[in-house]
Amino acid sequence: MYTTELKDKNQKPQVAAVVEDPERLAAFEARVAADDFIEPKDWMPEAYRKTLVRQISQHAHSEIVGMLPEGNWITRAPSLRRKAVLLAKVQDEGGHGLYLYAAAETLGTSREEMIEALHSGRAKYSTIFNYPTLTWADIGAIGWLVDGAAIMNQVPLQRTSYGPYARAMVRVCKEESFHQRQGYEIMMALAGGTDAQKRMAQDALNRWWWPSIMMFGPPDENSPNTAQSIRWRIKRETNDELRQKFIDVTVPQAEAIGLTIPDADLKWNDARGSYDYGAIDWEEFYAVVRGEGPVAKERMQARVKAWEDGAWVRDAATAHAAKHEAREAAE
Amino acid sequence: MSKNWPLWEVFIRAKNGLSHRHAGSVHAADAKMALEAARDTYTRRMEGVSLWVVPSAAIIASDPGDAAELFEPAADKVYRHPTFYSIPENIKNI
Ligand SMILES: [Fe+2]
Ligand SMILES: [Fe+2]
Ligand SMILES: [Fe+2]
Repeated sequence: MYTTELKDKNQKPQVAAVVEDPERLAAFEARVAADDFIEPKDWMPEAYRKTLVRQISQHAHSEIVGMLPEGNWITRAPSLRRKAVLLAKVQDEGGHGLYLYAAAETLGTSREEMIEALHSGRAKYSTIFNYPTLTWADIGAIGWLVDGAAIMNQVPLQRTSYGPYARAMVRVCKEESFHQRQGYEIMMALAGGTDAQKRMAQDALNRWWWPSIMMFGPPDENSPNTAQSIRWRIKRETNDELRQKFIDVTVPQAEAIGLTIPDADLKWNDARGSYDYGAIDWEEFYAVVRGEGPVAKERMQARVKAWEDGAWVRDAATAHAAKHEAREAAE
Repeated sequence: MSKNWPLWEVFIRAKNGLSHRHAGSVHAADAKMALEAARDTYTRRMEGVSLWVVPSAAIIASDPGDAAELFEPAADKVYRHPTFYSIPENIKNI
């Protein structure tokens, strides 16, 4: 997901225009291969820098846009406890976005550039956030499945080769641990409730399952840059490896609360020690990447509106700081 | 003639992958000399691979008197911790 290049399938991969000094490149490759971390002032190949800027900013955008589907339910949470929890979770996601923007900035890109790229539609973010949150059960499903998938993805990133990104991930993973549990707790409560509540939980699982397993990105054979990212230790496991792990841990969690994964082909494979699963509708995935997700337009409108509505606050803060600076200078 | 040299805070990265951590401070006439002094004072035993020096005057610190107001509100938000949620023993990997 976050380590996935979210590009339209037909978009041409960018060819690195820069020819790197072979000696420096070899030294860099050796360091990375030895699991050394690369820090902002270290020399790095342009393609490494570009890949990181794209990946970290996409990850940041995902955290920020990810606040919207859940924020949508804060005022309608069914109890004060659930409301406080959801508020805390959404607040964490905002923080995750900020850690990540700051990590990307160490690579020489500015916050303004990244935000502009998001708002103009040039930058991508995780496809999952372009699906609507129709019922309270969706908040449970998101915590359990979407944060669960995010954790699966982010745990290995704590050892990604770029120091500031790795350190941001350590902080994120620590905070992330309650997100999945609160979601599963919601699902548990609904699954153990009335028939209507149980149906609501199952319906949410039905709608979120496939988009969640798509979060890991296209299958490895359609993920041409994975090998390079793995070689540079930006990415430590492939899309399909992470997806399989996620399915293997999640299926028993669904069974334990009497919910059914909406995949008729899902079957334990003794020989592989993993679940076999049905075909994923990659056309749907690429459509969402292209910006055709069910609520893609609403998401970006909400993002841009929040930015524009906040302009007067930023202006006021700037004016206030300038006034104080002038006053101090006069003293 | 004699002007007091400013104070600089010294931060050391012990090894790549770790963040810089505060080690102490030095007095020096300018940034370059502050780095040199920090190197001589704080890294004589391979304490690190990278140094930062920051003018102490540039650090804005919170007021200890405000500590309660700033940090105590986190104390009753136990729901920010995973242990707040009880998940039955038989459910794994969560
Ligand atoms: Fe997050
Ligand atoms: Fe995340
Ligand atoms: Fe999260």
